[in-house]
Amino acid sequence: MSPRHTLHIVSGKGGTGKTTVAGALGCALATSGRRVLVCEVEGRQGISELFDVPPLTGAEERRISRTPAGGAVYGLAIDAEDALMEYLDTFYHLSLAGKALDRFGAVDFATSIAPGLRDVLLTGKVYEAVRRKIKNRPNAYDAVVLDAPPTGRIAQFLNVHAAVAGLAKVGPIRNQADSIMRLLRSATTTVHVVTLLEDMPVTETEEAVAALRPTQIRIGTVIENMVTPTPLSQDQLQAAATGSVILKVPGLTMKQNQALAKEFGIEAGRTLQEQQRHDRLTALAVPLVQISLDHGGIDEGAIFAIAEQLTDQMNLEAA
Amino acid sequence: MTDSGQRKALPELPQARLAVPFLDIDKIIGDRDTKIIICCGSGGVGKTTTSAAIALRAAEAGRKVVVLTIDPARRLAQSLGVGELDNTPRPVPVIDSAAGGSLDAMMLDMKGTFDDVVIAHSTPEKAEAILQNQFYVALSSEFSGTQEYMAMEKLGQLHSEAEAHGTWDLIVVDTPPARSALDFLDAPEHLSSLLDGRFLRLLMPPARGPLRLMSAGFSMMSAVITKILGAQIINDVKTFVRAFEALFGGFRQRATATFQLLSSRHSTFLVVATPQHDALREAAYFVDRLTEEAMPISGMVINRVHTSALALSPERALAVAEDLADTSAVVEVEALRRHANLMRLIATESRQIERFASARPTVAQTQVQSLPTDVTDLAALRRVGYLLADKD
Repeated sequence: MSPRHTLHIVSGKGGTGKTTVAGALGCALATSGRRVLVCEVEGRQGISELFDVPPLTGAEERRISRTPAGGAVYGLAIDAEDALMEYLDTFYHLSLAGKALDRFGAVDFATSIAPGLRDVLLTGKVYEAVRRKIKNRPNAYDAVVLDAPPTGRIAQFLNVHAAVAGLAKVGPIRNQADSIMRLLRSATTTVHVVTLLEDMPVTETEEAVAALRPTQIRIGTVIENMVTPTPLSQDQLQAAATGSVILKVPGLTMKQNQALAKEFGIEAGRTLQEQQRHDRLTALAVPLVQISLDHGGIDEGAIFAIAEQLTDQMNLEAA
Repeated sequence: MTDSGQRKALPELPQARLAVPFLDIDKIIGDRDTKIIICCGSGGVGKTTTSAAIALRAAEAGRKVVVLTIDPARRLAQSLGVGELDNTPRPVPVIDSAAGGSLDAMMLDMKGTFDDVVIAHSTPEKAEAILQNQFYVALSSEFSGTQEYMAMEKLGQLHSEAEAHGTWDLIVVDTPPARSALDFLDAPEHLSSLLDGRFLRLLMPPARGPLRLMSAGFSMMSAVITKILGAQIINDVKTFVRAFEALFGGFRQRATATFQLLSSRHSTFLVVATPQHDALREAAYFVDRLTEEAMPISGMVINRVHTSALALSPERALAVAEDLADTSAVVEVEALRRHANLMRLIATESRQIERFASARPTVAQTQVQSLPTDVTDLAALRRVGYLLADKD
């Protein structure tokens, strides 16, 4: 039996659709009666945009979607400064001191320039959401999905230990980092890397997987996004790509048939390249998931459709 | 049916013509007063490729160009076909230099640049102390904002070198992905407010003058900070600040000078996007922000715009495909389905572009159509440069 994952971390190169996949994964996990939190950490308001709801501000955790399966998806935009204030308040009952610090520019200082502290605060808030208990439920949320920083930064972002190593060898921040690291390395946390079947995203996926391995954080799946499936064989694609196919669509003129053949030749060439990149990803020995391209743009229906594809392929935990 | 496809190697379907001004790349690179071109935009929109293509086109038009990427991934290196890029501009050898131009490429080495600044502007002992400091090590290699500060430094250095020796007459700058790219603009102010700011001053004993009055409040705060971060970090920061103090002024001064250079008529910003909702939303943010700061913005480059030379509606293509479904014409069926998908994609994209243009009608635009393969060599870069400059 595969372990129950309660924290799903979604990364990917910019432009690969990682926020869309994170949102869809949230929906996929929100089966009947379940509550799932989707959080973002880059201040882009990507989640509220995706679900077409008003911006998520402050520490607000608002329901952004009810899934067809009867679950609920909540959204949270984590802000480092809010997280620091909350941290001060929770651990030291220092909300006033926090405000004083803010006045002196210390919060700006601490979250902007103390390297790694921002990441510790952001992951710290995720940690809090995963571990939070409420009355009559073992956890406030059944699963948490993190729309994480892009592949180029993901290993550094999650390697909280390394982030604080130069910062604090002892003390509360160090202890906090230790707890976060334990959660990230546990069997209930998994990282998904979203990629397109294009050269650079695949290269960055390979690099991210290599960079994550030493952190002992589990890599769940590599998600190939916007894939165009084809019923044609390699030979048929090859023939089309090299221009040796003559199309005879009834009702089209010869010129139109030629234009179609030329256009399809490019598409077939692309599909062949995609297959080569798929082979490169196979070599990573991480389970692969494919999401087909939606040409109509992304709306709630498209998110649910992607969620369904994820459910079919990902062996998500049962409710 | 359109015949416009006959003239060009890569034909286009006439698109909904927008009444937006055309962004004329050749005019920009042909203007000798343009000395700096900055490409910004969100991640994955082809910024690096665009920068490299503009640099190459300018070089082959006779400009002496250096292209600076501050993106940590080695993408430019891949696009330019040069193995490794480091902090030193390296000549790109196989360009067409008939017009008297040249092209150098480099990738920003963040830590290397920071180290160089420290070494160049302090005594050997002080430099040693700074370079060894834990806080400095973390700041110079891990803090993401450092990239923007160092990019400003490097841009300033390249500009001075260009002015002094005539090595280059055009600098093309690629920026880090996402919004942090515009931290570029905030760098001088941010740098002074953080490194030279009140908080760091408060950390530095002894407090003299009016600051002394705050010391009671401060010792409470200092205790809180120590409690959170641990005493060691505070000590590291103090040591760092003490050793670094002499460098502050120079840093701020140079960053301010570069900022002024960026706002001058010698610089111009290009916002790069793709015709997707997210990328255009980010582009809108960049355009608005640059306009707010009164930065010289030339316009938008929209990459990866899909086109088709076959004026066959998706509905009709699918209907014909359905008619053929049970025949042996499997390739035809697939070709028609793909065409239908492509047409739907084209419709979605032009809707997005139109929405953007109607909200910001004065922003000039050039579109680059989606290419069949990745841009990994100079020939492909040249092709992108041609498409960038081409009005249709």
